Amino acid sequence: MLPELGHFALILALLLAGLQAFFGIAGPMVGRDRWSAAVTPALAGQAVMVATAVACLIASFVGNDFSVQYVADNSNSALPLFYRVSAMWGAHEGSLLLWILLLALWSVAVAVGSARLPPRFSARVLGVLGLVSFGFLLFTLATSNPFLRLDPPAPDGRDLNPILQDPGLAIHPPILYTGYVGFAVAFAFACAAMLEGRLDQTWARWTRPWTTAAWAFLTCGIALGSFWAYYELGWGGFWFWDPVENASFMPWLVGTALVHSLAATDKRGLFKSWTLLLAILTFSLSMLGTFLVRSGVLVSVHSFAADPSRGIFILAFLIVMIGGALSLYAWRAPLLKSTAGFELGARESFLLFNNVLLVIAATTVFAGTLAPLISDSLGLGTVSVGPPYFNPTFMLSMLPLAALMCVGIHANWKRGRLSDARRAILLSLLAAAVLGCGITFGIYSNGHVLTPVAMTIGIWIIISSLIEPLYRVRRHLSLPRALIGMTIAHMGLGTGVIALTTVQSFTVERDVSLSVGESATIGGYTLRFVGVKPVEGPNYEGVGGTFVVTRGGKPVAVMIPQKRQFWIQHQVTSETAIRVDHGNNLLLALGEDLGAGRWSVRVQVRPLVSLIWLAALIMAIGAAIAASDRRYRAARAAESAAGVVAERA
Amino acid sequence: MNRFYLPLGIFALLALVLAVGIRHSPDKGIIVSPLIGKAAPRFALPDLADPSHVIDSTALSGRWYLLNVWGTWCVECRAEHEMLLKVHTSGRVPLIGLDWKDEDDRAQAWLRQLGNPYELVAVDRGGRAAIDWGVYGAPETFLVNPQGVVVYKHVGALDESTWTREILPRLPAAPGKG
Repeated sequence: MLPELGHFALILALLLAGLQAFFGIAGPMVGRDRWSAAVTPALAGQAVMVATAVACLIASFVGNDFSVQYVADNSNSALPLFYRVSAMWGAHEGSLLLWILLLALWSVAVAVGSARLPPRFSARVLGVLGLVSFGFLLFTLATSNPFLRLDPPAPDGRDLNPILQDPGLAIHPPILYTGYVGFAVAFAFACAAMLEGRLDQTWARWTRPWTTAAWAFLTCGIALGSFWAYYELGWGGFWFWDPVENASFMPWLVGTALVHSLAATDKRGLFKSWTLLLAILTFSLSMLGTFLVRSGVLVSVHSFAADPSRGIFILAFLIVMIGGALSLYAWRAPLLKSTAGFELGARESFLLFNNVLLVIAATTVFAGTLAPLISDSLGLGTVSVGPPYFNPTFMLSMLPLAALMCVGIHANWKRGRLSDARRAILLSLLAAAVLGCGITFGIYSNGHVLTPVAMTIGIWIIISSLIEPLYRVRRHLSLPRALIGMTIAHMGLGTGVIALTTVQSFTVERDVSLSVGESATIGGYTLRFVGVKPVEGPNYEGVGGTFVVTRGGKPVAVMIPQKRQFWIQHQVTSETAIRVDHGNNLLLALGEDLGAGRWSVRVQVRPLVSLIWLAALIMAIGAAIAASDRRYRAARAAESAAGVVAERA
Repeated sequence: MNRFYLPLGIFALLALVLAVGIRHSPDKGIIVSPLIGKAAPRFALPDLADPSHVIDSTALSGRWYLLNVWGTWCVECRAEHEMLLKVHTSGRVPLIGLDWKDEDDRAQAWLRQLGNPYELVAVDRGGRAAIDWGVYGAPETFLVNPQGVVVYKHVGALDESTWTREILPRLPAAPGKG
């Protein structure tokens, strides 16, 4: 009964989303305010129906209802309760449903948060969001219904993909999707502005907190995914330039550009059409990510379920949504002229450089991701694009970006005189160079030519970000949350640059084979192989190898990497052992049984690798603080009361 | 004015490439058993004909066999039964039954009534062996080679076309032992 109820709720949600889209877009167009007013109840109904559907599916998982195909395919009665709940989004159908739920939640948040926006404008925003919901609901019902029954019911399920049986799974997709879907809000704001044919600085002020919040979630989601791949999959790396990783990274890059371009639109009324384009692109790339992951067009380690017929539907949907938005852009953007001007050395030009470099970076990632597909479609054979392409091209745009940022952060709006800040810029650069070279040659004493350069830039970013807040504190000036958030996020970026540089330059990795009692020394750590013993879990069995790790004769840890064989899916997973010691990340992955008591083991000593994820977390926290600035809310109240906004510089 | 059409143009081009890409993408929609090409999972289960006798799957290796998962509760298995009898009379490959989550007396009555196509029937009352084999709905049929490796899996009732197109071509040309 529950699956049918869920299915029915999903159909009702589709109809309500259709109404939401119709009233929201058509109402303001024909000038019927009562139509516009119907948007909110339609959205409320849609959200309730979607939540009901999700609750029904989770109940089927918790109750082990193997008459539901999706449950039978992705769960098992031996699966712990926690994973039975998270198995809901363990495969394609459920993760789409999760996407829809999150979109409904964002829409409700916008409806609540934008109660003070002009009613017609907010109707348009919610109408566009309704259209997106409608498309995804239609997709789910037409090609990926999670409520299909199995007749006769399976006596037990095929179990959740063992790779996904990790706490990381439970939080990674929801957070990543919250970020992805959150950019739908910026997209809807952009479409609404184009439908109105009017875009002013207050528009940017309304859009900013939503965009920044979505960006914070996406940052967290990507970092968690990377952490998860490192820790659970035991791939021995934190980033692989895999199509699915790129699919989440491209919206992040363009989203970062959008966050900065919105700042210029907000403060100076500049880059209007460019900001609109970025808002469209960011969400388009989020949707394209779904397309790439789910259609089977690109082969990836992540594609658990891929199906070409779904791909055709997604493509049609993309053409309608993105094509529609870009047509609207071609038609309306020329009307939105920016009147203000600025000088070359002004903050605006630095933001422009920032945008250009970020978009270039996104384009190179995009080209690398799609190159195999394009070459295959044109019959040029299959090519594989990997880190040798991505790492240098990416760095080529990122290092100048980071360096420009350290100068641009001191620049004023409008006026191009950097002379006031010259001392601060030069002194901070000098301090950073001393520290950067000191770390490179003093502590690690080896590395690439670019190592000291990148290290210096990373430190320079942190110092530069701190100059203005410290100046304000000393002068007892106000410290708005937007500034605190920005400072923290920029320091996070600097931390990230330092961490990436250290890891890329100073990692030691070796595969060794050891018999019981033997030792090997790698990167200053000595590990002695004590032996293997069998291990057993609720739905797997395996072996664990015991290694005693010492450094300079002092004990560090006993590490037990495991190899697990899952009974039901007959899949072998590697459970790496990870230990943090003196900022170094030690990773052991048990390899093959070489016979006669010998085992191969992969040993990695990565300095500061944990700092990469910490840096991402810092950036996300900074963004969250910035998004919560009172300025966005206070301005909104003032806007509705007087219709005029006092410009605060 | 023209530059505002540029994004639309680029997107149209991209959509075209993606459309071509979809048509070229291999068909990944079919569920492929992870067992194919791997060793058949081992089981040791009571014999339906004589519950005191244990059937050990390792004793089956050294020749081709078809493992058929069935149960008297399964409607499709009844429809499949006639085809199984044909397979039996063809004498090309022995059929090993896996009686799944069933009651012994019902299963015995079923075979008496409809005819017994199986050389041996192992009783998997708890469903443990079926889980090992990755079964998620009866009937399912696995073709195992003399090295004990699963070569082919068919989900659903076995029919004439599957038998002639998928299973017979995989068997050695010479007629096998009865």
